[in-house]
Amino acid sequence: MHLAAKVSFTGEWQDFVDTNIIGTRTLLEAAKAAGIRDFVFVSSPSVAHFGGPIAGADAGTADPDRARGFYARSKAAAELLALAEDSPGFRVGAIRPHIVWGPGDTQLVERVIDRARSGRLPLLNGGTALIDTTYISNAAAAIVRGLERMDHAHGQALVVTNGQPRPVGELLAGICAAAGVAAPAWSVPGGLARGAGSVIERLWLAAGTRGLVQDEPPMTRFLAEQLSTSHWFDQRRTREVLDWTPAVTVEDGMRRLAAHYGGTAA
Amino acid sequence: MTQQLWPGVPESWSSLVQVPSTAAVDRPGTVHKWHLLDNGADLAARGVEPAGTLLCVHGNPTWSYLWRSLIAAGSTADKPWRVVAVDQLDMGFSARTGAFRRLEDRITDLGDLTGALGLTGKVVTVGHDWGGLISLGWALKHRSVLAGIILTNTAVHPAGFNVPPALQLALHPAVHGWGTQTTDAFIRVTHSLAQPALARDVRAAFAAPYRSAARREGVANFVADIPAESTHPSWRTLNRVADGIRRLDVPALMLWGPKDPVFSDRYLRDLMDRLPNADVHRFEGASHLLPEDVDITAPVFDWLEKGPGTENREIRGRAAAGLSLFRPMLAELDERDGDTSPAVVDMAPLGAPAGSAPATLSWAELTERVNRLAAGLSAAGVRPGDRVNLLVPPGIELTSLIYACLRLGAVIVVADAGLGTKGLSRAIKGAGPQYIIGIERALIGARAFGWPGVKISAQTLSPARARLLGVKHSVPALIAAGEGRDVPWLAEKPDADAAVLFTSGSTGPAKGVVYTHRQLTAMRDALKNTYNLQAGTSLVAGFAPFALLGPALGATSVTPDMDVTSPRTLTAAALADAAAAVGATTVFASPAALVNVLATSGELDPDQRKALARVELLLSAGAPIPEPLLARVSALAPNAELHTPYGMTEALPVTDISLDGIRAAGAGNGVCVGTPVSGALVAIAALAPDGSVGDTPLDTAGVTGEILVSAPHVKDRYDRLWITEAKSSSLPGWHRTGDVGHLDEEGRLWVEGRLGHILTTPDGVVTPVAAEQAAESVPGVGRAAVVGIGPAGVQVPAAVLELEEPARRAGTAPQELAAAVRTAVSAAAGLDLAAVLVLPAMPTDIRHNSKIDRTALAGWAEQVLAGQPAKVPGTGDANERRRRSAGNDFGRSPAPRPGDRCQRAARRCRRAAAGGEGPHGPDPAAHPHAVRACHACRCRRGCCRRGRRRGRCGCCRRAEACCHRGRRRFRLRPGRRRPCCRGDGRRHAPGGKGVLHR
Repeated sequence: MHLAAKVSFTGEWQDFVDTNIIGTRTLLEAAKAAGIRDFVFVSSPSVAHFGGPIAGADAGTADPDRARGFYARSKAAAELLALAEDSPGFRVGAIRPHIVWGPGDTQLVERVIDRARSGRLPLLNGGTALIDTTYISNAAAAIVRGLERMDHAHGQALVVTNGQPRPVGELLAGICAAAGVAAPAWSVPGGLARGAGSVIERLWLAAGTRGLVQDEPPMTRFLAEQLSTSHWFDQRRTREVLDWTPAVTVEDGMRRLAAHYGGTAA
Repeated sequence: MTQQLWPGVPESWSSLVQVPSTAAVDRPGTVHKWHLLDNGADLAARGVEPAGTLLCVHGNPTWSYLWRSLIAAGSTADKPWRVVAVDQLDMGFSARTGAFRRLEDRITDLGDLTGALGLTGKVVTVGHDWGGLISLGWALKHRSVLAGIILTNTAVHPAGFNVPPALQLALHPAVHGWGTQTTDAFIRVTHSLAQPALARDVRAAFAAPYRSAARREGVANFVADIPAESTHPSWRTLNRVADGIRRLDVPALMLWGPKDPVFSDRYLRDLMDRLPNADVHRFEGASHLLPEDVDITAPVFDWLEKGPGTENREIRGRAAAGLSLFRPMLAELDERDGDTSPAVVDMAPLGAPAGSAPATLSWAELTERVNRLAAGLSAAGVRPGDRVNLLVPPGIELTSLIYACLRLGAVIVVADAGLGTKGLSRAIKGAGPQYIIGIERALIGARAFGWPGVKISAQTLSPARARLLGVKHSVPALIAAGEGRDVPWLAEKPDADAAVLFTSGSTGPAKGVVYTHRQLTAMRDALKNTYNLQAGTSLVAGFAPFALLGPALGATSVTPDMDVTSPRTLTAAALADAAAAVGATTVFASPAALVNVLATSGELDPDQRKALARVELLLSAGAPIPEPLLARVSALAPNAELHTPYGMTEALPVTDISLDGIRAAGAGNGVCVGTPVSGALVAIAALAPDGSVGDTPLDTAGVTGEILVSAPHVKDRYDRLWITEAKSSSLPGWHRTGDVGHLDEEGRLWVEGRLGHILTTPDGVVTPVAAEQAAESVPGVGRAAVVGIGPAGVQVPAAVLELEEPARRAGTAPQELAAAVRTAVSAAAGLDLAAVLVLPAMPTDIRHNSKIDRTALAGWAEQVLAGQPAKVPGTGDANERRRRSAGNDFGRSPAPRPGDRCQRAARRCRRAAAGGEGPHGPDPAAHPHAVRACHACRCRRGCCRRGRRRGRCGCCRRAEACCHRGRRRFRLRPGRRRPCCRGDGRRHAPGGKGVLHR
């Protein structure tokens, strides 16, 4: 199972290449050399997200040329690389969990809480875009199922989600409530945010190379697109192939989040 | 990918043919180059043997490009057809011959071409515009290969030929050369007729062959060759073709765009007269360039597949053979022509001053009157099979007219004002009556909107008014003329058309529905047997459709003092008086009428209460009725059995349920409408998980699917809607209702909504009713609609709510509300809502103002949830506003129905705030303000009625400057500062900006 990756909205392309593409190739070669039979590559649905809304679509083919942002591009290239290695003797499958969250998650949950606490979390277009997410334990279970069901799952990419799309504003509000902080109250038009994101992204990269900033930029084009367009998926194939259904609903997940952070579940 | 010559046209279709001409205009030996679009080569390359050939002939100023969709569909159809679309000489990319080719030459030209192509086997001609005439000319000369004709927006009308104004202009010497050849004005105007507008590249393709004046000579000559007068050189040919087609016995299909300013409905009617067996479909809203406006390929190939005529006709024949006895509608009248007991009582006779005594006719008098009127109508020229549109309110007058028409064998066309002026106008033009009999108001409408037919006034009009309205006869004069005329009446032909009724039009334009005499009598018998209506019963007719059946049932019928087109005008006292007048034991009423009866029940005196207590059967027809309302009616008429039937214009009634039945059924998924009426069968065509409907009628309990009806009183067909008819009767012997529901263990039918409203989720098909009921149970929620988001098969449900305290803006619901709605829906319907949205006000239909426009709603929700900005439906859209403002049928807003919400809710019901009844009681009668209309759009959505505040119509958003204290209200026209009275004698500027002047 290969989950390691550089996940960031900013950074040098070369870093992404080194970690995500070359790293994957190295691991694939090592695994093959070690005589390992099954290999699960954990990918991201963003490898097949080209900026437009996704409503009820299947996984789609990864495309490094059209994916948005360095992270998604490098993951797309890595996924193609991994799936190309699939053979009867060395079975490779790709699992793409979509927006994983849960208690203690530093990637999404704590960033949201942090931003919301300091009032730096806007909604885009009123936060109405429908987004599929995956509760952490569901994602973990699905990845494990991927290994167990490799005879069915090899050679293809499967998007894994809770199968419960929700408006992004509602998810953010839920996370904030769970942490006991105020929900985002202001909204920015999606087009404006995308434009601003592009600018900030470049500034941040320029500043980052000069050592001026360490953290993630407040907005990037990729993030703006993710927050202002719908992306939810057709889970029928995934569930059939993996013979799996998510055990924890979004609502249960929110309750667990609230228990962890001491807030209230909406 | 093959190279495309023009958008939608691959290179392989285009071919050039050298054709020797035999046309009179050419010297012998002349050879012309023709351009064709033809899929023959493609089919041959694929080794496919075509089922036949479609020979497509364009008009002026188009070219074969018009037929590209047919060529594409012909290539890919299950049974492929060769489609040959020609460019006529001097047109398109065919040769410019330099000669003035007249109609006769063009027919010869086409024959030369088909000769050169060697077309054999089955040939079906397809013609548009003047190409229709030329294709028919060809058809008459090639009977041996002709297998059918298809016509779209064309004409062959020489007798009394009136060139339409638009063409007259083009023909005018001052305009003709300039408009058609020197400039491309004629071409541009023609292209601009497309609905919706043509794409830029398509428009360019249409203009491609006509770029210079030299290339437009054919366009000019074509227009000049229109035989406007009998001296015109092409007149004789036109006449020959027009008469010749009467003898054509091949199947014909006519597809028509009624918005065509040139080839309007009158040419369709003329063609239908010449080709009476043709299948006809009118695409409401489509215009001249029909193949561009709508998809004609599906109906064309469907028709070619099925062959002429609908299967229904055979089925009908078989069903007819099975029926033992046909008892004509007039049988009861004829048998009782000596009976002096009352047959019809009119509590408020037509034309009589208010408060005058009821009018009564005995059976003998009614029979006499019907016979005289029929004789008078016959003398006025009404023939069997003629359509007679009746725009007369229910009562003695309408009853006499209906039975007189039935006696004559004329077809009655009944359209009601509830369609709105525009809808009514569309319906009447669509039905194309030869005669219109109406009250003065209706005749004014007929004049204003140019409704077809000879006008007959229901009352005597002054000669000046009659002239003004173009009225030829009046009913009193016809009755007088019919006196003493002993006309031997032909027996009613059971399978001849008897009536055209109209659907409500709440889901698209109203559709005409044709009933034969046999089907009308079956409707009569279904009512009679289901409700045990014996001859001799007397009934109060407060619901129009059934009211008309009184004389056929042999029952004494009384029309109460009310406006039957506006049910809410029925008061309890009027109902009681009507019941008392004939000692009625049966009452037919609509739910809206009953609501008002309850609201006014306090005014009843003891005698009136006694009259109501004698009622044994009370039938509420027209819409589902909530149980609490029925229970209150039950208190008013304690001895009456309460029934409410389910049905539709196409099949009336289908099922019936009593109040006890509703109580016994309890709550479930949908509305329980009971068991089938006498003679009717109900079945379900199961819904597949992808939302498609099966083809097997099932009577298994618990299967959800489209409701199918089979009954002798199901409609004969849709009128001039071949496609709709073919779909609705695709299961032989059954009518597809488009409603979704299921049968339960006890054989009761539950209606779950419309087929178009279902959701196709990964877990299967879901009908939204149960989820909506659950959402509406959450405090603070007014109306709810659950729509599917995403592609078919993977849809996720989203709830859209209208709140009691209207939302300020459309978007996602507040977190707590969303959670509450989710929990309720999940518990009751097991649905996991993806999103909960709110709207200030639901988009609704005009007629009932209660049916939610789900198509608009789903489109909006889909866009919002994709994260895109979306226009809130039913508010800012200009078209929508126009559509709504058209809903002022003769100045009256539609009546409320049970289930209508208190419209005041859109702006908070102040009565409720003051401790009155809740703003959302199911009973609009508790909220008298609920029925008031917004004066701007008549949508009855709440505007402010308090003191000095001006409202904005919650529906059209138009500012309404009105005074509510001083009862006078004005409509504020856009752009006009119209002063309004606040009751203080002053006039104020709209917007409350102060006093304008005294």
